[in-house]
Amino acid sequence: MQWETVIGLEIHTQLATQSKIFSGAPIAFGAEPNTQACAIDLGLPGVLPVLNEQAVTFAVRFGKSIEAEIAPRSIFARKNYFYPDLPKGYQISQYELPVVGKGQVEIVLDDGTVKTIGVTRAHLEEDAGKSLHEDFQGFTGIDLNRAGTPLLEIVSEPDMRSPQEAVAYAKKIHQIVRYIGISDGNMQEGSFRMDANVSVRPVGQEAFGTRAEIKNVNSFRFLEKAIQFEVERQIDLIEGGGTVVQETRLYDADKDETRSMRTKEEANDYRYFPDPDLLPVEIDADFLARAIADLPELPDAKRARFQADYGLSEYDAGLLTASRELADYFETVARDSGEPKLAANWVSGELMAALNKTEVELDASPVSASMLAGLIRRIQDGTVSGKLAKQVFEGMWNGGGDADQVIESQGLKQITDTGAIEAMIDAIIAANPAQVEQYRSGKDKIFGFFVGQTMKQSGGKANPAQVNEILKRKLQR
Amino acid sequence: MQNKSIAQLAADLRLRTYSSVELTKHYLERIARLDPRLNSFVTVAADSALVAAERADQMLKSGEAGPLTGIPIAHKDIFCTQGIKTSCGSRMLDNFVAPYDATVVEKLAAAGAVVLGKTNMDEFAMGSSNETSFYGPVKNPWDETKVPGGSSGGSAAAVAARLCAVATGTDTGGSIRQPAALCGITGIKPTYGRCSRWGMIAFASSLDQAGVMARSAADAAFLLDEMAGFDSRDSTSANVPVPDYVDALDDGIKGLKIGLPKEYFGDGLDSRVAAVIQDAIKEYERLGAEIVEISLPNSPLSVPVYYVVAPAECSSNLARFDGVRYGHRCENPEDLEDLYKRSRAEGFGAEVQRRIMIGAYVLSAGYYDAYYLKAQKIRHLIADDFKRAFEQVDVIMGPTSPTTAFPIGDKMDDPVSMYLNDIYTIATNLAGLPGMSIPVAPVDGMPVGLQIIGNYFDEARLLNVAHQFQHATHWHQAAPAGFE
Repeated sequence: MQWETVIGLEIHTQLATQSKIFSGAPIAFGAEPNTQACAIDLGLPGVLPVLNEQAVTFAVRFGKSIEAEIAPRSIFARKNYFYPDLPKGYQISQYELPVVGKGQVEIVLDDGTVKTIGVTRAHLEEDAGKSLHEDFQGFTGIDLNRAGTPLLEIVSEPDMRSPQEAVAYAKKIHQIVRYIGISDGNMQEGSFRMDANVSVRPVGQEAFGTRAEIKNVNSFRFLEKAIQFEVERQIDLIEGGGTVVQETRLYDADKDETRSMRTKEEANDYRYFPDPDLLPVEIDADFLARAIADLPELPDAKRARFQADYGLSEYDAGLLTASRELADYFETVARDSGEPKLAANWVSGELMAALNKTEVELDASPVSASMLAGLIRRIQDGTVSGKLAKQVFEGMWNGGGDADQVIESQGLKQITDTGAIEAMIDAIIAANPAQVEQYRSGKDKIFGFFVGQTMKQSGGKANPAQVNEILKRKLQR
Repeated sequence: MQNKSIAQLAADLRLRTYSSVELTKHYLERIARLDPRLNSFVTVAADSALVAAERADQMLKSGEAGPLTGIPIAHKDIFCTQGIKTSCGSRMLDNFVAPYDATVVEKLAAAGAVVLGKTNMDEFAMGSSNETSFYGPVKNPWDETKVPGGSSGGSAAAVAARLCAVATGTDTGGSIRQPAALCGITGIKPTYGRCSRWGMIAFASSLDQAGVMARSAADAAFLLDEMAGFDSRDSTSANVPVPDYVDALDDGIKGLKIGLPKEYFGDGLDSRVAAVIQDAIKEYERLGAEIVEISLPNSPLSVPVYYVVAPAECSSNLARFDGVRYGHRCENPEDLEDLYKRSRAEGFGAEVQRRIMIGAYVLSAGYYDAYYLKAQKIRHLIADDFKRAFEQVDVIMGPTSPTTAFPIGDKMDDPVSMYLNDIYTIATNLAGLPGMSIPVAPVDGMPVGLQIIGNYFDEARLLNVAHQFQHATHWHQAAPAGFE
């Protein structure tokens, strides 16, 4: 039988606010356990939550970025369950009336087709603390630094049909939240965590199969592998005469498998109800306008503009808009050099390769955008050849100063003096009479030999156009 | 000294007739001598009280004193007090000392009030008789075989017995007004949101409100002046200007329109209580008020609605008491579930457990719509009844409680009969309105309270209306025998 995979994602993205969503405690990562938790985060008796306005602003920015409805009035609810790292015995979340309603994003599939993925909703909630099961000899340590950290939970429609689509969607959301500056998206630190709802059904069947939820995946690669494993597991199970049970599963990256965490029967009844400690969140036109006033150009718009304004291919435009920082870098190079296509080639080629190789982040790149633009200008005005420019780039990368300084110090300036080139060529012609004869008898291909010899002689510095022109002229005779 | 009003005490302190330290020692001596009979205090904070009194005396000397400077008060043990145990009447918090003051505590401390200690209460404010306290029942100073009412029974008994000048209380369904009525004192529950809930241990967040238990409306006005106001730490506190409650006390009440809801004078009301309430209303007529019969048609639903909404909220509010971070923890838990179950089973008393279970039930999947959601809808109807009534009248009056204080132990096995004690007080909490109880003529030597309900943020009028009655009568001055 042919099977179709159905995937929906729930993404928890940590918001880059100064303080927690309902208290003034800081949210910095990596502090000593329980040093960033105040009385409110600890759930002491008598404390009350006060909503962080910045978190609402961020949620609104996200909503606008996915063309979603922003609820003029949304409600915080309590999700009740007992766990030691949940200090109040309930999590403050949004249930019936989330701040962000239906929206959508577009993803580009491998074959270049564009697919629209629906976003059901996005709601604000607080994170729980962390349980530390090691190092306490039979006890569990509780770190409440993370308790109360603001999260935006972004829930998709079950619109994805393959692990690759799920990854493309997750990357898109990751790209958006970083573009609009509401999250650092740091996956190692847990700022971007994904839950995947996965089911399979026979191709052509309309009803969804029973789904399993894979919890807390924190890398795109693991997301793809976890879904892949889960799809195969479900198909094997059904084809072997079994049935899929609705359950929560965990992905074990070491073993590359998912395993059951709890079944539906064991699931909590969360007893949601509106939190009486918090007023409804009212978003009026003023608040909305302020929240989105400085919303930057979004990736899709930027990509389209790069294609239109700079004549880039869809592929290059997509590559160069992957992050806002990269897009800004490219635009600076393009603008300062006046050569957008060369800029695109250099940024997506040499620069990216160097960054990847050395595992350096763009903002720490030794070659700044204006330095790269300077190099491109030198290529353009003939000071340095395209080939030697790579050497100049390396020199800049290794701290040799800007393009002009590297060209100067390494003597990479292109030779454009016609007399000097002619002298070199004369010598080569004189030294290779047999090849000259071959050329003159009609063997055009040998021309390359003379170009090669000249370039070798000049240490690669001779201007290729001039070399061509002079060689042609001299060999004709 | 113990019979003087706050205005008199403040004047005496200014004239150095006696110092705050002397006044504080006087009350501490009375507590030590008399409270063993009543059990109205959970904690007496003598040392910190004397330190505060000395500081108050300094302020009095330097002329920086306000009307409450040096006045000995008591806080219901539901308000967090930095450095003094806050038990909430529960074994669960028998070891809990908060690292912060409640806003109400902070404000009264800033006004110079001296805290004598923390008063007994029904466990987590759940009860109408003060019998659910982990620290044992409080006795009514008018008859020590009877209950003082609840949940602010300790504050009510302490004020009635002159063990403090005035006390704080909280009122979720009548917990200030009913014990005030049963102990013959004046209690005011302000509008929901008038006083900050920060640092006040939550029972039912949408109903809880801090207020005052005093010997007169004038004394209550002095305290409320300092307690009321917006607090950025409480999202539900009202950002509405606070008038000067003391200033408004002496306004005349000629032409005041008093609404009498017919539902508050029907079956279930003790006829002798009804009679003294009617006498009090006649007194108001003599003072120039006009009586209008009104109807609050949905008020019979207020008790069932309350016993859905309040338990629902409490089941969630009390989830934090899990034995993990503070409070009672069972010995040698086998595993996490055992830790939760035994810590909570041991830490909470029967009434608290009953309400948590009711609350969990009404919020659970499949029952939410039928109970919680429906109760919220009826809650709106109850508020609408009052809204219509206040288009016709200025205040609403009726009995605070259907009977006088009942014997200790009488209703502990019959929760529904206990819950019906609050039949006249609960609706105001559901609507968020302010309400008062003031003493009128007693029945068989036991106090009776007249309830006065006002429109939103109309506390100044309530206190004024109460004060005018107390100006013309003497019921509020009566002291229980042995505590004069």
